[in-house]
Amino acid sequence: MSTATATEQGTHRAPRPLLEVRNVSKHFGGVQAVIDASLSLAAGGVHGLAGENGAGKSTLGKIIAGALAPDRGELLVDGVPVRFRAPRDALAAGIAVITQEIALVPNATIEENVLLGIEPAAAGILRRRRLRQRFDELNERTGLGLAPGTTVKTLRVAAQQTVEVLRAIARGARLIVMDEPTAALTRDEAERLLEIIRRLAADGTSVLLISHYLEELLSVCDTITVMRDGRIVRTGQAGEETPQSLVKAMIGRDLALEYPPQTPAPARSPVVLEARGINRAPVVHDVSLSIRAGEIVGLAGLVGSGRTEVARALFGADRIDSGEILLDGAPVHIRGPRQAARHGIVMLPESRKEQGLVMLRPVRENLTLATLDRVANAGFVNRRRERARTDELVGEYDIRAPSGDSPVGTLSGGNQQKTLFAKWLVRTPRVLIADEPTRGVDVGAKRQIHELIGRLAQGGMAVLLISSELEEVLGLAHRVLVLRRGRIVAEYSSEEATMERVLASAFASEAAA
Amino acid sequence: MNTTTREPETTTAESMRTLRRRLLAVDVRDFGILAAFVVLVITLSIASSNFLTTGNLSNILDQWAALGLLAIGETVCIIAGVFDLSVGAMVSVTAVVAAKMAIATSPTIGLIAGVLAGVGLGMVNGVVIHFTRINSFIGTLATSIVYSGVAIVITGGNIVTVDDTSFGTVGQNSVLGITDPGWIFIIFTLLAAGLMARTTFGRYVYAVGGNAEASRLSGIRVGAIRGSCFAISGLAAGLAGMLLASRTQSAQADLGTGLELTAIAAAVVGGTSIFGGDGAVWRGFLGVMLLAVIGNGFDLLNVSTTYQQMVYGLLILIAVAADQLLRRR
Repeated sequence: MSTATATEQGTHRAPRPLLEVRNVSKHFGGVQAVIDASLSLAAGGVHGLAGENGAGKSTLGKIIAGALAPDRGELLVDGVPVRFRAPRDALAAGIAVITQEIALVPNATIEENVLLGIEPAAAGILRRRRLRQRFDELNERTGLGLAPGTTVKTLRVAAQQTVEVLRAIARGARLIVMDEPTAALTRDEAERLLEIIRRLAADGTSVLLISHYLEELLSVCDTITVMRDGRIVRTGQAGEETPQSLVKAMIGRDLALEYPPQTPAPARSPVVLEARGINRAPVVHDVSLSIRAGEIVGLAGLVGSGRTEVARALFGADRIDSGEILLDGAPVHIRGPRQAARHGIVMLPESRKEQGLVMLRPVRENLTLATLDRVANAGFVNRRRERARTDELVGEYDIRAPSGDSPVGTLSGGNQQKTLFAKWLVRTPRVLIADEPTRGVDVGAKRQIHELIGRLAQGGMAVLLISSELEEVLGLAHRVLVLRRGRIVAEYSSEEATMERVLASAFASEAAA
Repeated sequence: MNTTTREPETTTAESMRTLRRRLLAVDVRDFGILAAFVVLVITLSIASSNFLTTGNLSNILDQWAALGLLAIGETVCIIAGVFDLSVGAMVSVTAVVAAKMAIATSPTIGLIAGVLAGVGLGMVNGVVIHFTRINSFIGTLATSIVYSGVAIVITGGNIVTVDDTSFGTVGQNSVLGITDPGWIFIIFTLLAAGLMARTTFGRYVYAVGGNAEASRLSGIRVGAIRGSCFAISGLAAGLAGMLLASRTQSAQADLGTGLELTAIAAAVVGGTSIFGGDGAVWRGFLGVMLLAVIGNGFDLLNVSTTYQQMVYGLLILIAVAADQLLRRR
């Protein structure tokens, strides 16, 4: 950051890289996750790792961070071969890792978390003042501006990640491996994190950034390595890459990042679902919206603006305090998901893992869970019919699983999401609410899901689409509603809707905050 | 969990294919507990000529029937993602109710009343847990204390003795060499296994235990499913209480004290995950049988009772640790 550090670095910058990965392989059971991967990371730069789900990027990241031991190959830190048996060993060598799963003590303060395990103490007694001093030094050096006394659990995910970054720095990390750090963040939060990454790099820390978001990689990385099917395809200067070139390398063929051609919005089709002035404290305020048959309505807004809450209210997952929901023009009383499904309203929830699927149960049981009565007689499951139904759905939705009996948790994100779609579409619902339908899904499956949503709408389904990826909303929706602080603040037709307009509406007065 | 299915209409080729697929889907690691059981049985058969006799086996079944019933009920609850710590107390209450009612009315009515009391108490557990949203561990711990209190209130702290000897018939009859308690345990196990493996209800139990929120959003009535599991556990406790009271023609307020922990141990030893959503009734059965056979082995081999308890605990520890090591996490 300062010139002093820069010159200091210049004097002892070694020609050899900070970390070298040499011919590393790793397998899980019969699956080769990483095959003969070689990589070298320079000191003080941002190195990107791109690839589809299952390409091996996270595995490679974990090997570097000491969380997994490679089957073959070696790691060299400063040119010296090292063998990490646990993340602790990697940390001792100056390598820290930050993942989506926050590893902080929720009830402790920021400063306690940052200096956890390395607290200044005399004879086992914590020296509070010294702790604050150390924290302030770190905070100032990195310019992260964290409040020492705030309890971590009250922070948003983005701030918690920043705490993790500072904790890594406090432990003298020279290389920070970040695995999908922005997946759970809003756009502006992600942007702030990228800014922190840039600052770290300028300050001499190396960052290995694993991400699905290509724009993100391109904007912050110096070098980008692309992985496919466990192998490193190539490593190149970020400046020479484009999203298209990366996608091509990731999937090994040309696949347009474009959205399927939009069918025109249905002009005069009847309104299927309508909400009038629904409220649910403390998030949803006076929301009115309507969706026509065959129409895809996008719900945009920042994380925390109430998108998910609106979806849940419409589906009856949360009770509404006031307001009215109408189906085909007639008011309906939806007491819960059960009634909603009976009325032909289904919702694919935001989190597959937490709300969508029973991860340790087989694909088959998940597929039939919401419609088990259809493959049962008098309360007894007819296994033959259930298997037939499973085979049918697996084929129709292209769910790639070893077998219908594999636990759904062992499938890739894309196939899990397809399972979730199939589970609900068996009902041929009239209204489909899809909350983040492509989160954590690889490029190929994403495309399939986009096409599926398009087809469903064409078939006359009313679709409410929620996504943190604005491109997705703009690419698919016939009409875009923008939420801000639980209220609908703008509505655009697909012609009017541009990234700038939607973002302007979504941020509005909050831009300053 | 992959029990064989009867599919009479399928052609041979088709059923061969199904069989092949089933066999391929079977993971040997899932059957570590079965292997341990078989090894133990073989060892004991060799070590003691008295082990593999109908008399001994029937005796084991008879002695462990009450605890077995509880373990099956507990297995169902644990799969649904809840614990029932009140089964011991429910056994006390139902035994006391059975004895008191037998004295007041007739032995038959008494026995039936005991079983019904168990179902009732189980349903109370379900309702309490559902509406207060208390963690089941704490919730049933609390109700178990209340139930124990109820048993004390009913008996006034005394032993209730039933003079009419027909009250004891349940414990004395035997058919095909297996006693009535043994049969009750076996039949209850088979019904529970069928319920869990074949019915929509069973499927919902697994789903609720595996992910309650996903189940709710799939339109499943989570509270009703879990409540039913508590009721099943209550039914098991009612049957167990009835058996124990009938055996001794008497009941007292501390009859079932502590049984809940052995029942949970048996369920877990069988390989049912304490995190819910995974496990099977046959596992609960096997868990009980494992504990039973170990205890029986001690007796047959004249292991001093001083050491039994200690070895017991260690064996439970080893069984569970080995099972977890073998199985994918």
